[in-house]
Amino acid sequence: MSAVIDDHAGHEHDHGPAKGLMRWVLTTNHKDIGTMYLWFSFTMFLLGGSFAMVIRAELFQPGLQIVEPAFFNQMTTMHGLIMVFGAVMPAFVGLANWMIPLMIGAPDMALPRLNNFSFWLLPAAFAMLVSTLFTAGGGPNFGWTFYAPLSTTYAPESVTFFIFAIHMMGISSIMGAINVIATILNLRAPGMTLMKMPLFVWTWLITAFLLIAVMPVLAGCVTMMLMDIHFGTSFFSAAGGGDPVLFQHVFWFFGHPEVYIMILPAFGAVSSIIPAFSRKPLFGYTSMVYATASIAFLSFIVWAHHMFVVGIPVVGELFFMYATMLIAVPTGVKVFNWVSTMWEGSLTFETPMLFAVAFVILFTIGGFSGLMLAIAPADFQYHDTYFVVAHFHYVLVPGAIFGIFASAYYWLPKWTGHMYDETLGKLHFWLSFIGMNMAFFPMHFVGLAGMPRRVPDYNLQFADFNMVSSIGAFIFGATQIFFLFIVIKCIRGGEPAPAKPWDGAEGLEWTVPSPAPYHTFVTPPEVK
Amino acid sequence: MSETISIKRLVKRLLMLAVVMFAFGFALVPLYDVMCKAFGINGKTGGQYEGSQVTDPTRKVRVQFLSTNNIDMVWDFYSKADEIDVHPGAVNEMIFVAHNPSDHPMTAQAIPSISPAEAAAYFHKTECFCFSQQVLQPGERIEMPVRFIVDRDLPADVKHLTLAYTLFDITARQPPVASINGQVPKGEQ
Repeated sequence: MSAVIDDHAGHEHDHGPAKGLMRWVLTTNHKDIGTMYLWFSFTMFLLGGSFAMVIRAELFQPGLQIVEPAFFNQMTTMHGLIMVFGAVMPAFVGLANWMIPLMIGAPDMALPRLNNFSFWLLPAAFAMLVSTLFTAGGGPNFGWTFYAPLSTTYAPESVTFFIFAIHMMGISSIMGAINVIATILNLRAPGMTLMKMPLFVWTWLITAFLLIAVMPVLAGCVTMMLMDIHFGTSFFSAAGGGDPVLFQHVFWFFGHPEVYIMILPAFGAVSSIIPAFSRKPLFGYTSMVYATASIAFLSFIVWAHHMFVVGIPVVGELFFMYATMLIAVPTGVKVFNWVSTMWEGSLTFETPMLFAVAFVILFTIGGFSGLMLAIAPADFQYHDTYFVVAHFHYVLVPGAIFGIFASAYYWLPKWTGHMYDETLGKLHFWLSFIGMNMAFFPMHFVGLAGMPRRVPDYNLQFADFNMVSSIGAFIFGATQIFFLFIVIKCIRGGEPAPAKPWDGAEGLEWTVPSPAPYHTFVTPPEVK
Repeated sequence: MSETISIKRLVKRLLMLAVVMFAFGFALVPLYDVMCKAFGINGKTGGQYEGSQVTDPTRKVRVQFLSTNNIDMVWDFYSKADEIDVHPGAVNEMIFVAHNPSDHPMTAQAIPSISPAEAAAYFHKTECFCFSQQVLQPGERIEMPVRFIVDRDLPADVKHLTLAYTLFDITARQPPVASINGQVPKGEQ
């Protein structure tokens, strides 16, 4: 199905992309914008990763060796902010831009110019955020959760830049989400009913609603900070009748749905990849949709589990504890469905499948440590220790990031028209897998033994595990440069990819040639 | 929503949702205050108590006093006694002392908190220096009374209460008006 049917003559994109740099600045093409999002997020991934390398180098041995504690704090803060807002979220938006129109048979996103604007806000926002590191007082040093009053009364001068950067990222995300919803609800090909959509589209639809619901709350939160700092209000200042604990409630009302924003699209991608390499349809499609929706709903009523130690009444602790544990039910449904999809399938383990299977196993480990943290009385011991760090890295690295890697390998042939080098891809997987587990598994142990997070120095008893963690982190970090090499190699050449390089794959995206032409589905496909 | 509404209307609705959620973020502020007052979260005490109660001489509750300076606050600030035993329903008084050892006038605000938090709703202040701000001239020393009633309905398992004050320096925010020598007070860090 060659889709380049020239039926709107005179349009400047008829003959493919414009030439030169302005193609990228002015583009309204969903594939171009998707590509830019993906490159941007990978750049941020390497930048945030290099900050992590500084952290792990300092923690290689006890004592202060490499950086000052003040700079260490900026590194932990910026690592978190950049990975969350700069790497993971834009990567998923990039995948959404590329794949959602292809998956639902739409010619482009519903609001292409808005799409261009939401992308170009990001480089501006992150240039501003990263520039704070070069200011006299240093960049944000209050942790990625920027709790008041650390981020208000005691913040460095650059906090205002941080606030505006968050505002811009928020606007970008909200507009991106509106675009995704409009595309999915309005541009589906005839016959593509909601319950026929690939799960990646479903999970993104739900993610987009989460984004619209909580990014404005984050914007409100940083606006209150701005007013406290510059306009003499006291939202978070006890001296003026405000309350620092209020900050945590507002922040986590955003923050908890945010963690699902970072994982739901990965759920969706993996739900396409596992069936493809198991050569079986996805087990329990409908239950997957409802499980995703339940997770999204529950994410709004569990935020205080991040705050068990601030002094919540026992009834509150119990409510948030049970509500949090309840999330294990829909998540369990999903894991069960993925495993059942693989059950008795004809499995092959190409790189996307390796990442997807590792995703299921390792994300489940992260889910279980999450259950441990959900137990309010036990959380008093775990709170603010490395156990928490281990938990959220287990759900974010093999969860979100492995999901993105799996998607990248799965769709690279479609994007570039070439097969990536399978041997190198597998090497990338195994090095990432080993490095990641080496880096984060020992953090469980040091955390349970009481090592606090966000410290540049630690007690001698934690020395060996920290050294293992650091070595693992260095392996994982270096491996990602290798991934860059694999992608560039794949773009520049390689075995030509057929329209459908994976024999078990399903979906409209495999009906267009590889690489996908600049314009696809100008005439909507018929979905039976 | 399979019969699609136009993109324009859809985008309008979604933008509305974003605006509503932005407003909701701010609505969390009064909502939080109401919740705190209603459930005594965070040990927040209410405003001035107008009522009076009959003393219950059969029950005794120990009330302990804590006074803390917030970071960078230079005043001496303490209560005259560490703890007293009171009967629920009775009006009690405790004197707190504040002294400004610095060489310039300063304004301070005390913020109270009750532990355990669930008792906060049963601790009534009929008079408290925390209801207003204190301005002290250099070297000035004042005694500030707190009058309070422990509610008769205080849960039976609560036998100890702690009333903790944190004193904040708000000179920069609210410069002392009646400064001596007409000198403009300089804000503390």
